Amino acid sequence: MPRGPQPGSVPKLTKEQKAARRGVLGRLVKYVGGRYPIHLVAVVICIFLSVICNAKGTAFMQQLIDSYILPMLESGSKDFGPLKDAIFHLIGYYAVGIAATFAYNWIMIFVGQGTLRDLRDEMFEKMEDLPIRYFDTHAHGDVMSIYTNDIDTLRQMISQSFPQMFNSAITIVTVFVYMLLLSPTLTGVTIAMIVVIILITKTLAGTSGKYFREQQKALGAVNGNIEEIMNGQKVVKVFCHEEEAIEKFQELNEQLYNNAYKANRLANCLGPVNAQMGNVNYVICAVVGGTLALNGWTGLTLGALVSFLQFTRSFIMPIMQVSQQFQSIVLAMAGAERVFGLIDEKPETDEGYVMLVNAKEENGEIVECEERTGMWAWKHYHKAEGTTTYVKLTGDIVFDDVDFAYNPDKTVLHNIKLFATPGQKIAFVGATGAGKTTITNLINRFYDIADGKIRYDGININKIKKADLRRSLGIVLQDTHLFTGTIADNIRYGKLDATEEEVIAAAKLANADSFIRRLPQGYDTVIKGDGGNLSQGQRQLLAIARAAIADPPVLILDEATSSIDTRTEKIVQDGMDKLMHGRTTFVIAHRLSTIRNSDCIMVLDQGRIIERGNHEELIAEGGKYYQLYTGKIQNA
Amino acid sequence: MVKRLLQETKEYTLSAILTPVFMILEVAMEMIIPLLIADLVDKGVEAGNMSEIYRIGGYMLICAVIGLFGGVMGGVLGSKASAGLAKNLRNKMFENIQTYSFENIDKYSTAGLVTRLTTDVTNVQNAFIMVLRMGFRAPVTVVVAMVLSFRINARLASNFLIAMIIILAFMGFVMFKTRKLFEILFRKYDDLNASVQENITGIRVVKAYVREAYEKTKFTTASQGIYKAATSAEKMIATTMPMMNFVVYVCIILISWFGAHFIVVDGTLTTGELVSLFSYCMNILMSLMFFAMIFIMITMSVASIKRIYEVLEEKTTITNGENPIYDVPDGSIQFKDVVFGYNKTAERPVLDHVNLEIKSGETIGVLGGTGSAKSTLVSMISRLYDVDEGEVIVGGHNVKDYDVETIRNQVSVVLQNNVLFSGTIAENLRWGDKNATDEEVRRAAKLACADEFIEKFPDGYDTYIEQGGTNVSGGQRQRLCIARALLKKPRILILDDSTSAVDTATDASIRRAFREEIPNTTKLIIAQRISSVMDADRIIVMDDGKVNDFGTHDELMARNEIYKEIFEQQTGAGSGDFDKAEEGGED
Repeated sequence: MPRGPQPGSVPKLTKEQKAARRGVLGRLVKYVGGRYPIHLVAVVICIFLSVICNAKGTAFMQQLIDSYILPMLESGSKDFGPLKDAIFHLIGYYAVGIAATFAYNWIMIFVGQGTLRDLRDEMFEKMEDLPIRYFDTHAHGDVMSIYTNDIDTLRQMISQSFPQMFNSAITIVTVFVYMLLLSPTLTGVTIAMIVVIILITKTLAGTSGKYFREQQKALGAVNGNIEEIMNGQKVVKVFCHEEEAIEKFQELNEQLYNNAYKANRLANCLGPVNAQMGNVNYVICAVVGGTLALNGWTGLTLGALVSFLQFTRSFIMPIMQVSQQFQSIVLAMAGAERVFGLIDEKPETDEGYVMLVNAKEENGEIVECEERTGMWAWKHYHKAEGTTTYVKLTGDIVFDDVDFAYNPDKTVLHNIKLFATPGQKIAFVGATGAGKTTITNLINRFYDIADGKIRYDGININKIKKADLRRSLGIVLQDTHLFTGTIADNIRYGKLDATEEEVIAAAKLANADSFIRRLPQGYDTVIKGDGGNLSQGQRQLLAIARAAIADPPVLILDEATSSIDTRTEKIVQDGMDKLMHGRTTFVIAHRLSTIRNSDCIMVLDQGRIIERGNHEELIAEGGKYYQLYTGKIQNA
Repeated sequence: MVKRLLQETKEYTLSAILTPVFMILEVAMEMIIPLLIADLVDKGVEAGNMSEIYRIGGYMLICAVIGLFGGVMGGVLGSKASAGLAKNLRNKMFENIQTYSFENIDKYSTAGLVTRLTTDVTNVQNAFIMVLRMGFRAPVTVVVAMVLSFRINARLASNFLIAMIIILAFMGFVMFKTRKLFEILFRKYDDLNASVQENITGIRVVKAYVREAYEKTKFTTASQGIYKAATSAEKMIATTMPMMNFVVYVCIILISWFGAHFIVVDGTLTTGELVSLFSYCMNILMSLMFFAMIFIMITMSVASIKRIYEVLEEKTTITNGENPIYDVPDGSIQFKDVVFGYNKTAERPVLDHVNLEIKSGETIGVLGGTGSAKSTLVSMISRLYDVDEGEVIVGGHNVKDYDVETIRNQVSVVLQNNVLFSGTIAENLRWGDKNATDEEVRRAAKLACADEFIEKFPDGYDTYIEQGGTNVSGGQRQRLCIARALLKKPRILILDDSTSAVDTATDASIRRAFREEIPNTTKLIIAQRISSVMDADRIIVMDDGKVNDFGTHDELMARNEIYKEIFEQQTGAGSGDFDKAEEGGED
């Protein structure tokens, strides 16, 4: 369904916003023009040709009567030779006109769709490079709607409104010139009429615009209510609350009806009013023109009058079209603004220069090499000395007095100090909002720290290229996100060039192999919509396999809290344990067994590490950990 | 299907009928005006008769005013009819959805229902007004213009007929050709959107695995696919405009050539009539274009019509029997050989020959793995679903013999998927009993251990809950939902994993309150956490749709493997539950 913008549904704008919209329009024109300069020139020429040829055709009707029929009638000659020639000329014009119309429609397809493709690609590329913070602060639905609704309004504008506007503009100018040539007096009459039409349009559109805004509001309220009740439909049933729900809905619905009716009523009147004003204009021109022609004033001939009357019709039509297109362009500008807004978002910055390279040991020295050796090293170029050193990747992580804030005015992590030597397991424990997840998000630089230092194998992580840093870290998040594709594809996400054997090995390590084999298509089973066809536990197993195949030295695990049953949980747990073996692991822990097996437990409270030590030490301490562990916590 | 939807015009039927009538009036005037113009040219201008010009010009103005009246009335009534139809469709769908049983609800996704009530209705509304205003207008214009042209000159007019047939045939061909292409395009759009969605929600995974480049390549390929599909579909469409032009031009040339002959040689045509013919020619072809547009709109809304129709015609699967019982004597529950499956064609039922007997006032725990059918089991009691075989007896009567509202009010279920609605806390709680006094509301909240945190809110019971209850924590939401269920003062209270986000201590005090304050209510408690069910009178152990065991904690510890395993896993190291305790610690 083409969601054509409703006339008059344009929100009221301030002066600055209007200026910004104009800026966006210019940018869009530049965007299209920069990509398809030759196409656009061709389109302009073709539109021009098509309009001229059309006008020629209209003008021919004057000539037909004035230059051919009337002279023949007067002279009684039956020589159709001159008319035949004229018609052949006309055929020539028409042929060019048709060819031009076809050509510009054809070219615009590629310009329009090509521009949309480029915009989409650019948006996506930019989006992928945006910092996590962007996704935290923008509702997913809003971002989605840029790809769907906004691009759609742009499509309408580029492929319809642009050529239409241009076409109309040329038509208006050409027709105006012709009219002026035929009769300046009558042209004056028509222009006066057009001023009236524009005034009426403005009033009607303005008033209906007010109701359209009301309608949008009412629609929002109805949609909100629908969403809420449909989401809670089962609760409504359980509480036998149907009557009340209907009552409330009908009330909102009635309001929507009232506003929709009023808004559309005015908008729908616009067409007939303008059309009849056109007819009135026609009559006035006929009367005035008739008077002029009969009296021989201003040299207007009958044929010229007939032609002029034809022209008045083709003059008013494009003016009505322009006024309609104008509305949709204003709407599309709002969309374009959001599209460019996304493109202009500041991408994640990366000043890192330390790279992760394949390495091997030769004579006790680490050397870079091309092939995969299973051994990795940090390639560190020291600018000051002009030397390059290699540090073996081991997974040694140190937090040195780290502070962090999502918003500058509210620090969420204070003075975090911790170290993990290769192979150690560090568990974070604490209430929701204590800062466990935040700490792990700092290691892979999803967010940058405000103060302090984080070192990875002795290197400040700010110096490491983000891509290389993240490649060295495996991560299993609490809510598992899978991607459309086969199960094998999803496991391979951790290592794109993994062989089939590697995929299966990873699945086995994660305890996922047995359930995958029981699926009808095994590893080729296609996952749709974030793995909706798999159970929560199965999705987690896949996420573990995905991390396993990447084989990173450092792991970040966020244990799931969701209610999977005890048996599945055991399988998942077992998979995680195998994955953690031999790696430096940071785990946001919920399970007792995980916590007890950790080398060090950090108890977090409101962004501070309040207790640290292993299980036995913390139990002996009898503090917060002890309380959590024994469950003897009193509800505050 | 369309007929069913049109029934919903109801009080707007008159408007709906009058709209085309007025539109035809407008069209008639539009048709007469060219005739008058011909007269004006012939009798007025050519005859040099100024009074004729005024006379005929006057007629034209009258026609324009009538046309304006017709157009405006058509616009007004059309808006009324279409907005009214939309309103009635929404109301009717909403009402019907309210009668749905759980089985009906399961059939549709929430998002699906929302789309049907919003986007689909808007589609139908737009198509409806289009049909009312243009659908009649276009064919009438064509017919009238055709008749008038034939009256002027049949031989020239027959050109129009041929032109029309050519255009219709061509449009039919284009539509037929493009439909498939557009279907492909829309599917590709869906895929692309799904991919964007995935990347937005899974951005952390993408970044963590440094797969930005990989995703970009994937996206560019999909995007290029859309480009290809869109251009090949639009190429077909692009031929329509030049084609229309071509036919119009051919008509004009033929009229010019033969018209000139008729005027000069035969004298059977006047110059004025020639002008009229030109304008009818334009009228007919413009109308055909409109017609094609309407046709496209209708085809596009067919899918919406179908989806609305489905919702309207869905019949609830649970209705009252004859002479329903309006009183539930007590809270005893009995399952007699109950078999039930959500999918009737599935090989194995979800509930497999379940037999149970629960006495009024007992507290029953229900334990078992995911998919062991715990929730399904309790859904049978308040007749959220009907059993396939066997009987569920509550208070001595088959649940099917009760009035549906009675049984639902007497068997209060706190669903696993807790939902609060926008409104104050008090309003939300009063869902259980809209006439409850402040005192009763407070008492229910106290029982559910919700009073303590409600009182801490600055606005207390008048605290506004946002849509979806997003401004209270999970544990708080659960306690509010329990309080809401308690206000019904039910004979049977069912908690389906309803305290999972509540800390152990609070959980225990809620259960203590139940024991002391509502001893006569039968309580069924489903939980993952063994501590929530351990102290129940008896515990049902569900496994794979069957009752694996039913007995007291001590009995089960002595004889049931599953129970023992769960117990040991969860209590092997103290009763601590880090995860759950956190939530409780929040408030």
